[in-house]
Amino acid sequence: MCTVCGCGTGTVEGQGHDHHHNAPHHHGHGDLHFGHGPAGVEVAGMSQARLIEIETDILAKNDRYAAANRARLAALGAFAINLVSSPGSGKTTVLCKTIEALGAQPLAVIEGDQQTANDADRIRATGAQAVQVNTGKGCHLDGHMVGHAMEHLDLAPASLLFIENVGNLVCPAAFDLGEDCKVAILSVTEGEDKPLKYPDMFTASRLALLNKVDLAPYCDVDLDLYEANLRRVNPGLEVIRISAHTGEGMQSWLGWLQGALARKAARAAAE
Amino acid sequence: MHEMSLVEGMRRVIEDQARVHAFAQVKVLRVEIGRFACVEKPALEFAFDVVMRGSVAEGARLEMIDLVGRALCYDCMIEVEIAERLSPCPDCGGGRLMPVAGEEMRIKDMEVI
Repeated sequence: MCTVCGCGTGTVEGQGHDHHHNAPHHHGHGDLHFGHGPAGVEVAGMSQARLIEIETDILAKNDRYAAANRARLAALGAFAINLVSSPGSGKTTVLCKTIEALGAQPLAVIEGDQQTANDADRIRATGAQAVQVNTGKGCHLDGHMVGHAMEHLDLAPASLLFIENVGNLVCPAAFDLGEDCKVAILSVTEGEDKPLKYPDMFTASRLALLNKVDLAPYCDVDLDLYEANLRRVNPGLEVIRISAHTGEGMQSWLGWLQGALARKAARAAAE
Repeated sequence: MHEMSLVEGMRRVIEDQARVHAFAQVKVLRVEIGRFACVEKPALEFAFDVVMRGSVAEGARLEMIDLVGRALCYDCMIEVEIAERLSPCPDCGGGRLMPVAGEEMRIKDMEVI
């Protein structure tokens, strides 16, 4: 039985161990697949009409998984980034380039997509450890999936953990994974009004990477307007302009990561 | 369509409650939804009907209570109520607003038999 959630149904393929998940099953590389299993049903007792006060967040259960993930990361002094964006903004390319530039920094990647292990394969090609989570029909990662994915990673103390969420600017905003912060990637080919159209994700993020700035001259876009619209939905948002392709701005992004990790390590040491 | 996931979360809460309070059926479920919550109400209603089938809340009425949206104006440094996510500050007319309330998605209570 799973120690995180107590779940005990589902199918496991490939790896021949007896750890069953609530829906996921495994393929090669320890990739996880959700969205295949039936929901369990419980029916209880009897009684007369009455009102039961609940006052519970609908996502309370997710938040409990997220809190457990956060505690595991804190114990390791690991810094986790929930990378969120539209499909096609360049998340995986940014990650691959970031991993290459970080060199010996211990890190791991959780890749979320509805289907395929393509992205985890791209990450593994850099030499980094990665686990692919396929959400099936799901449009976002949740705390439960990430908790299981973390079991498949060998996270060293003071690691960076990159969680590449499903490419979707809507739903992942609402689901805490236990990360330290969300980082949104917005590419200049998407249009300056993207933050205004999909404000929630940018409001929930601490940093926005404005990616593909090398394409700006060909797209007739105003980079300052991108930034203004980002700050319109989140006045506290930090913005770094980058091009994963040319390497422009990547040093600022790496510096931001190293600073964030160092602050977390210092906090962990102080406690 | 994450309304489905939300309703699955609601079902889990209801099933937990059913174990604790021993009831057979939920008649009404009241949820509080903030103005800026990532929820489309018709989609939530649709998902509710589908996901609750076969549970103690099958056929239950879903009532949604709106909660106001509030934001901190970074210029006035006060909290203001705003109608839309991108509404300007009602005091200064500025646009440097950070939402502080209105993203709630909460099960308030339920009537059961």
